[in-house]
Amino acid sequence: MFRKTIARITGHGLVLFVRMVTAPRAIWAGSEPIPRQRVYYANHTSNADFPLIWSVLPTFLRNKTRPVAASDYWLKNHLRAFFGRDVLNAVLINRDADNRDPEEDPVARMIAALDGGASLIIFPEGKRNLTEDPLLAFKTGLYHLARARPQVDLVPTWIDNLNSVLPKGEIVPVPLICTVTFGAPIHIAPGEDREIFLDRAHRALAALHKAGEA
Amino acid sequence: MTAPAEFAQLFTGLVLALLGATLVASALRRWWRAAGPENIIVETVFARINAWWAMVVLLSLAALFGRIGVVVLFAFISFAALREFLTLTAKRRADHWVLMFSFFVALPLQYALVATGAIGLMTIFIPVYAFLFLPVLAAVRGDTSGFLTRIAETQWGLMLCLFAASHAPALLWLDIPGFGGKQILLIAWLVIVVQGADMAHFITPRLMGRTRIAPGVPHSRTWEGFLGALGTATVLGTALAWTTPFAPWQAAIMAMVVAFLGYGGGMVMAAIKRDRGVADWGHLIPGQGGFIDRLDSFVFSAPLFFHLVQFFWVPG
Repeated sequence: MFRKTIARITGHGLVLFVRMVTAPRAIWAGSEPIPRQRVYYANHTSNADFPLIWSVLPTFLRNKTRPVAASDYWLKNHLRAFFGRDVLNAVLINRDADNRDPEEDPVARMIAALDGGASLIIFPEGKRNLTEDPLLAFKTGLYHLARARPQVDLVPTWIDNLNSVLPKGEIVPVPLICTVTFGAPIHIAPGEDREIFLDRAHRALAALHKAGEA
Repeated sequence: MTAPAEFAQLFTGLVLALLGATLVASALRRWWRAAGPENIIVETVFARINAWWAMVVLLSLAALFGRIGVVVLFAFISFAALREFLTLTAKRRADHWVLMFSFFVALPLQYALVATGAIGLMTIFIPVYAFLFLPVLAAVRGDTSGFLTRIAETQWGLMLCLFAASHAPALLWLDIPGFGGKQILLIAWLVIVVQGADMAHFITPRLMGRTRIAPGVPHSRTWEGFLGALGTATVLGTALAWTTPFAPWQAAIMAMVVAFLGYGGGMVMAAIKRDRGVADWGHLIPGQGGFIDRLDSFVFSAPLFFHLVQFFWVPG
């Protein structure tokens, strides 16, 4: 109870801090901020990606939206665990495919969270993109998720400029303006091939980046 | 600093004028809505009137807290403008220290210099110290790709959003004989003249037609807008000569100079936006874009206004 209250207050503080530093703007280009069950899939350049998406979602959506994050990072120490598990209410998954229990299967965890009524934020690139390439190839998790729950909206979500606010290896964020663009939702077609679907999802997200460049 | 009597009169006049403008615009909006779809001109005028309200309220509130209040207000404006500017400039991962220096060292120092009245140092801190120190800081990080572009664009942002903007509160430290304690009126005069010119630049072409100043510049930059802005500024500036140490003819010349420069500033900033492919600098002022969109002409005219007043009205 006490822990929950602290987590909630910290959550509000986090949103306020992110808003102050990045003055973020949500651009709803193809979807609307309405309470539908969704999987927001986003490009991943910074550890602040979750808090940023979180902070641009209206409160009634934010409360039902859970990031999907790597347990090896978020359970490393007590502070991270508090932020990951209590504040962000993350769905923690084990990336180590060789040494995990069958019941730790990431896709099963995500499906369980969806069945619990939550929306998800996932980074289908699987890791932070530190290359010059704007968007890396997707892992297969998005495909399995789409197959298991085809009715859920998959919303491409492009995060812009956050890697300038806090580049890898830096500690102090600089106040630059960030935008989060939410594109039109996609769904998997019945019997759609894995490669074709992932390519389509990849292009839908990359298109948001290109739209911002133009 | 207690607000001079002229400030109260000016404030009352502005509030009355804005009340009138708001009423007229509301009536127009209602009339237009009844006639058909929303009218973009009326909506824009509305947004601008609201921006005027915000400016009057903010500057008056700041003035209540004296010189420090005004300095803090402009420090926040500089911060917001610098953030908008540096969001669009060329930068790489290696520029993080340069950005940190800009926001966390240069900005507070510049305004600390203003607040302590170290006006001499304030006018050279960015063009000399920051100018020479910034590229060193970037070079130390070792990434040389696009080096000159990165440095030059950042320095441009510092000059415009910090150096130029901070000249407005610096007016409060000008020692003009017979005008002691009234310097806040100089800021008010400058804001009214420049923003009045901005408004005229927007409205005149819609009433009198458009002749583009140059091909390639945005279609909103017209001779009609330019002359309207210059004329409006001159009339406003001369009519408000009683709030300044200027004789009416001097006020007219001053108004023309700042309106000319302000107009040029608007064109320059529009050119940068066009080059970067954005419509607005930011989104923080609803219906207006960013801070730079609203303040570009003001920022361009502030340093010259400061120097002209210092040169002709401050003895010694």
